[in-house]
Amino acid sequence: MNHDGRRARLLLALLLVTSVALIAIDNRGGSQSPLAGLRSAAAAAFGPVERVAAAVASPVGDAVHSMGSLGNDKARADRLAARNQSLLRELRTTTLDRNRVAELDRLLHLAGAGRYRIVPARVIAVGSAQSFAWTVTLDAGSHDGLRPDMTVVNGDGLVGRVTTVGPTTATVLLAVDPESSVGARLEATMQVGFTTGQGVSTGSGLDLQLLDSQSTVSPGDRLVTFGSQGAAPYVPGVPIGRVVSVQGTPGSQTRSAVVKPFVDFTALDLVGVVVEPPRRDPRDAVLPPAPSSAPAPVVTVTVTAAPH
Amino acid sequence: MAPARIALAAALVVVATALQVTVPAQLGLPGATPDVVLLVVVALALAHGPGFGLATGFSAGLLLDVVPPAAHEIGRWALVLTLVGYLAGLARLDTRRSVVVPLIVVAAASAGSLLAYAGLGALIGDPSVTWARVDELMPTAVLYDVVLSAFVLPGVLTLVQRAEPDQVAFP
Repeated sequence: MNHDGRRARLLLALLLVTSVALIAIDNRGGSQSPLAGLRSAAAAAFGPVERVAAAVASPVGDAVHSMGSLGNDKARADRLAARNQSLLRELRTTTLDRNRVAELDRLLHLAGAGRYRIVPARVIAVGSAQSFAWTVTLDAGSHDGLRPDMTVVNGDGLVGRVTTVGPTTATVLLAVDPESSVGARLEATMQVGFTTGQGVSTGSGLDLQLLDSQSTVSPGDRLVTFGSQGAAPYVPGVPIGRVVSVQGTPGSQTRSAVVKPFVDFTALDLVGVVVEPPRRDPRDAVLPPAPSSAPAPVVTVTVTAAPH
Repeated sequence: MAPARIALAAALVVVATALQVTVPAQLGLPGATPDVVLLVVVALALAHGPGFGLATGFSAGLLLDVVPPAAHEIGRWALVLTLVGYLAGLARLDTRRSVVVPLIVVAAASAGSLLAYAGLGALIGDPSVTWARVDELMPTAVLYDVVLSAFVLPGVLTLVQRAEPDQVAFP
């Protein structure tokens, strides 16, 4: 017993030191870490497992919901109950399918408006909240043409960027992660800044820092991505969100604001990965038409006779 | 250590990891994520003691550190779950006397792992770790894990007994 205890303590020390060493190695390197290969290998090996688990998980969820009383053990009652259940399941699937079609429709509309070429994908896994990272896994990978640093969108706007790619899966860092920093441009004034995730689920979502301290920004202003150099990791023109409150007084070092993202990050399902950026910056073309609270401008057309 | 014991532990850890990242995506629970992997580590540690517990914890943590969608430094969960496995294993003898002890162990493991992971993150400068966030996650993390342990703990211990009938792990 005592001998066992000593051996366990020795193993404990050994494994703790190993963990600390791994953290130190991985922390220094970032995405160029010497352990990045380990992550890709795990994505290749475990990606298919997650795809299967996600496929199994959704019917299980359905079954849990549709479990009801099966009545007595008469064959007829059983048969009717089974039939009823299968009809109910069909009905539920139809609703799910309809939602998905609507989602795909919105996604295609956004892609069309911005002239993005996208690969559609579904979210199959979500990172644990206790890991303090806002990441998800998609069911598309390098076989589908995905590479790291591609922009991920859905029908409502910006979702995040691809970080690690496996053969059939990819990991996405969501825009609400505090380590995610996105170049942004205000719709109306063209002012530029960048957003970072607040990292709290109950918060409004994103912090906006404007580069020009004299900028005028007010609640209700909408943001689109500014576009990174070479359109990676962020392509230009993707709607990000709407300003809900402004902090800091004019004249201070920077102006900051809180932004509510257009995307609901708690209910991500269908997304699109931008595999080819638009040839021209779509500017504000992707944003939905602004609510018409302001009076519509009066268009005056003056025609003058052209001299010959 | 018996090969059957190791094979069962490996299978349980892989299944728990796959479930943990995919099922909550379907449920959309508020707050924390039910930590199935933590519960499997605690259950195996309670069944086999500190040595086996910490080895299981390290392996499970390392898996959680590399499988998608993990984006944090490799080794963080490995370190935390090694400690959890060891400490839960030390409580093995007490579990034979009471049914409440495993629940206390689970609650302590849940809260402790969250604090340890967050503390480690703060130490290496992870900007996502804030006290506000820890505060927000703590109640649901402990609640989900304790509720789920009522199913996971007996399930795992039954499998352990079936795999090694000669060794009585639990009353």
